[in-house]
Amino acid sequence: MDRLVRFVLSHLAFFTYLLLVILCSWLIIVNNQYQSTQYFNTSNRLAANIISFSQGVREYFSLRRINADLAEENAKLRSQLEHYAVNDSMYTDTTRRFEFVSAKVINNSVMMFKNYITVNKGRADGIQPGMAVISSKGAIGKVKSVSDHYAVLISMLNVDDQMSSVIKRTGHFGTVQWDGIDPRVVNLNYIPRHVTPHVGDTIVTSGYNAVFPPNVLVGIVQKASLKDEAQFWDVKVELAQDFSQLAFVEVVKSYLKFEKDSLELSTTGQIR
Amino acid sequence: MNRVGIFNVVYFFLYVIAQVLLFKRLVLFNTSFCFLYVAFILLLPIETNNVFLMVLAFLLGFTIDIFYDSLGMHALALVTVAYLRNYWLSSITPQGGYDAGSSPALTNGVQWFLVYTVPMVFVHLALLFFIEAGGFGMFWFTMLKVMASLIFTVSVMLMLQFFSVPRS
Repeated sequence: MDRLVRFVLSHLAFFTYLLLVILCSWLIIVNNQYQSTQYFNTSNRLAANIISFSQGVREYFSLRRINADLAEENAKLRSQLEHYAVNDSMYTDTTRRFEFVSAKVINNSVMMFKNYITVNKGRADGIQPGMAVISSKGAIGKVKSVSDHYAVLISMLNVDDQMSSVIKRTGHFGTVQWDGIDPRVVNLNYIPRHVTPHVGDTIVTSGYNAVFPPNVLVGIVQKASLKDEAQFWDVKVELAQDFSQLAFVEVVKSYLKFEKDSLELSTTGQIR
Repeated sequence: MNRVGIFNVVYFFLYVIAQVLLFKRLVLFNTSFCFLYVAFILLLPIETNNVFLMVLAFLLGFTIDIFYDSLGMHALALVTVAYLRNYWLSSITPQGGYDAGSSPALTNGVQWFLVYTVPMVFVHLALLFFIEAGGFGMFWFTMLKVMASLIFTVSVMLMLQFFSVPRS
């Protein structure tokens, strides 16, 4: 025992290094687990306050564009409202499946491999990990962790994130995933050989997972190619939302997610 | 705590604030990042104890991680730099040795400074980006990011040295 202690002490630097590396690796693994509740990220109160201060300063320089975006969205919503006023029968159970909470982006990145977005709404506004997030232009991502007044979202520009989507024209579904290179372009995987996606096809969310509402715009097919031996198409999708210009997002509360998941779990034994 | 110690506590917070408010936003060509905070560990006095260095590196890396939502990654990379630093310093000792109580700064010459910082920053960036990419799946693109960031980070470090170190 005495010799062991002396051995450790004589290599103290190495053992400290080993200990710290194990600690860091554990932290990395915990952080990569999807939807964990944690305090050491930008939803942390102090960190979020510093960041929203800095965002507040920067925001002045993009007010004109944000204003134009909001006005455009207003016009769109008004025309939709007109539509609903005529069609009262639209208010069925399925249209009330979702509720939207508007939130302001205070932190955002697009250049890393794993990008996260921080917004200024949290548990106090009913936001829970796992909820979907959209903007007026398209799908954004999912909630990763929440604190009382802030939430960290896992952006679609995150190599770990996957999202079920369909080609609107043909109805075939695949999975949207980012490859980590160009922040304007994502891949649409698992589109089988017999389908022919065209350049310009619209890609929307499928609604199969009850997290995302169906028919939220994801992007437009930019390039589609098929290798000789490949089972699936290589489809490049240009995102509808420019993630580097994100100012406001809407968090989607899904009322039927729990019901759908428990039904699927009891019939097939797994949640899709 | 002596004068150098107090200065370094201030530097710690200055590096964190500069990194999360300024350099986090400053990304050139979508590939070139500036992780200036590595300079805090690199520029601590030469006699600093190895274990103490690593504990400081962990604290700094962890603080940076909070703002980057990347728990553990910056800490791991920076702790490795801190572990290697003193070994690297002793193997590149200039003729006549270091001055007592000095920092490994530009006073030893530009060439020496580059020999000291470039491999250290490379280790930091390579660890950081390859851990973030989750392996070697995108080797060349990740390598491009590492090299572009290496040039950016070392250039900024060098420029700040030119401004801050009194030249004889």
